[in-house]
Amino acid sequence: MREERSDMSEDEDGGGGVEQKERWGSSHGGGCCGSAKSRGGVWTDPPPPFSDQVLENVLENVLQFLVCRRDRNAASLVCRSWYRAEAQSRGELFIGNCYAVSPRRATDRFHRVRSVVLKGKPRFADFSLVPLGWGAHFSPWASAMAAAYPWLERICLKRMSIADDDLSLLAFSFPFFKDLTLICCDGFGTPGLAVIAEKCRHLRVLDLIEAYLEEEEEDEVVDWISKFPQTTTSLETLGFDCVDSAVNFEALEALVARSPALRQLRVNHHVTVDQLFRLMVRAPQLTHLGTGSFGPPAALAPQGDVMEHEADLVSAFAASSFAEITADELKPVIHHCHNLQKFWVLDTVRDEGLQAVAATCKDLRELRVFPLNATEDSEGFVSDVGLAAISEGCRRLRSILYFCQQMTNKAVITMSKNCQELVVFRLCIMGRHLPDHHTKEPMDEGFGAIVMNCKKLTRLAVSGLLTDKAFGYIGKYGKSIRTLSVAFAGDSDVGLRYVLEGCPKLQKLEIRDSPFGDPALLSGIHQYYNMRFLWMNSCKLSIRGCKDVAQRLPRLVVEVIRDRPEADEETVEKLYMYRSLAGPRNDAPPFVKIL
Amino acid sequence: MEGAGESLRDTELRLGLPGTDAPEKPALTVTRGGKRALPEDNEEAYAKSSKSSSAEEQGEGDLCGQEPPAAKAQVVGWPPIRSYRKNSLHARKVEGEAAGLYVKVSMDGAPYLRKIDLKVYKGYKELREALDDMFKCFSLGEFPRKEGCSGSEYAITYEDKDGDLMLVGDVPWEMFISSCRRLRIMKGSEARGLGSRH
Repeated sequence: MREERSDMSEDEDGGGGVEQKERWGSSHGGGCCGSAKSRGGVWTDPPPPFSDQVLENVLENVLQFLVCRRDRNAASLVCRSWYRAEAQSRGELFIGNCYAVSPRRATDRFHRVRSVVLKGKPRFADFSLVPLGWGAHFSPWASAMAAAYPWLERICLKRMSIADDDLSLLAFSFPFFKDLTLICCDGFGTPGLAVIAEKCRHLRVLDLIEAYLEEEEEDEVVDWISKFPQTTTSLETLGFDCVDSAVNFEALEALVARSPALRQLRVNHHVTVDQLFRLMVRAPQLTHLGTGSFGPPAALAPQGDVMEHEADLVSAFAASSFAEITADELKPVIHHCHNLQKFWVLDTVRDEGLQAVAATCKDLRELRVFPLNATEDSEGFVSDVGLAAISEGCRRLRSILYFCQQMTNKAVITMSKNCQELVVFRLCIMGRHLPDHHTKEPMDEGFGAIVMNCKKLTRLAVSGLLTDKAFGYIGKYGKSIRTLSVAFAGDSDVGLRYVLEGCPKLQKLEIRDSPFGDPALLSGIHQYYNMRFLWMNSCKLSIRGCKDVAQRLPRLVVEVIRDRPEADEETVEKLYMYRSLAGPRNDAPPFVKIL
Repeated sequence: MEGAGESLRDTELRLGLPGTDAPEKPALTVTRGGKRALPEDNEEAYAKSSKSSSAEEQGEGDLCGQEPPAAKAQVVGWPPIRSYRKNSLHARKVEGEAAGLYVKVSMDGAPYLRKIDLKVYKGYKELREALDDMFKCFSLGEFPRKEGCSGSEYAITYEDKDGDLMLVGDVPWEMFISSCRRLRIMKGSEARGLGSRH
């Protein structure tokens, strides 16, 4: 079953993944399966002389029902026999950090993989904080998998650098390939897409999510849409809203017409509204429809029987969250969307629009409100009012990403009480260090309430004026938190200490522009092997502190990124460190120094 | 030009067009933001003073230095919006303005490339000055001020329509503009060979 897009931001099983098992799997000597006596004393006679091999086969048949990778990791720790059986039966390989393990090691251990999820660059790469050429190349993985997994069906990559040649290799190496999902990847272009379209005859999913395609001249652009097989296709999902170049619309329409299984379609901004309508007519079975961006705002004006379609849409049209829709334009449409679960929208709908959403969409699970003007001092369209309204109306909310210019503790506290199902809470008050809009106090209490009241919270992003107190709350109550994003917050080392000492489940910690220094870094020594990575930029770190950590934790790769000449050699501007079984990577560019 | 403010600006890497303080328009194709790292204005980062209004309305949080540092400079990557999204929103804003002639400029050894609009310059001298400005922090020598300057460590070359690597400066400016696809600043022995040819 394909992961939904929102799930990719939350690794649902957290935990160690491949790495953790290998790390602690140092000595599992002696198969415990030699002994026949189970705890309950089920066998009272000595067992018949089954070979280990048979036992393992039986075990494999049982273990194949284990889907959750955390369960599988646990099973693989029981004993060597279980380790082998689990390795033979694992169908989906999840690598949270492509540098944590070498491709060879992964393919040596797991032989029957059908699906691979691979993540590369740290998330702050999305915000221009990781220089071009840093790494996360897909090529070595592509080669290893091409050799090891001829039955591979699915590949999902996030923040990897992929070349057209890699895509070509995929297309030619995996005859049963079904699903290619690329999230925030770069390095490839239309030629790569063309090979995939043409050669992967069983393709069900081709989903490009916010990929940065290589810039191509007009004459370099390949008409990849036309390369799909002319027969009925098995396409279920086609998403190319991030592809800059226009696609051949006739070919697209024909493709949609001969793809009876198509459920999710996202086209790019070159497809006009009229053309979109034609596509919808061709594919009435669509459940997800979206577009990269809109031209005229009138785009959302309902057109006759389009409205019936919209009532079925689970993921609304406003996944064209680039359309500058006003509240008045939104209201008549949203009024019909009672089943809406996922809604991404621009803040141009204002608090009023959000109130309308809250009034109708009682089943809303995921909300993202993006700013039209992504600057710190632009006019804010949404505020604490909208947030509070959503919390009143959408009690089942699980995930929220909310950009605003002003917020109050009160609204955040209200949400913490109303939305008990919250798993992801990401609030971005765009002005740095902004306090509560009404009381002028720090936002400590608001975020404190979130971690205190939302027991299921695993992902948190904070903003606004925050003192160490906020981190105290996070450390004290945020026991399930796996991902934490911090920017322009905190007063001293104590803040980071609270988090590193208080959050046992912490996996991913990314911090920018906060006054945390070496003492704080060192306070997390006990924790770093349990985490996937730590990113810190523009804090108060020095080379000495980072070297200290590197020395004490040999299995940690400590990267200092120096992409501009520092006057001061001592200061560490950007730190990225992660546990790894592979050791320091050999593809590091010159501006990366591995300590 | 002296003064702390000016020298700060001189060393500041910007995606603003070289030679201008405030670019005429948000250069849409320049910010493939996910690929570039720009220096942050760290002094601003810790400032808790109230904001002075930053003159631009362009909403690209990861460009800095659109205005002189007196106004609150935008900080790289803040607010945390993926540049893909920012660029899509701007597509409409820049529509209707004259398209520039943007070419990539790479420099051997530099971690990232730049992009410049060739139409902005009147001739080779301005181009060289602009490139010098842009890559000053990486360069360890002077750019050749005129062709055939064999003592320099760098040569400015370009890739033309046919894909050949050519030395900048041979053909008339207008012809150069029309055939230049990208620029590359070469250093070391390769450059010396080219530079001393004349």
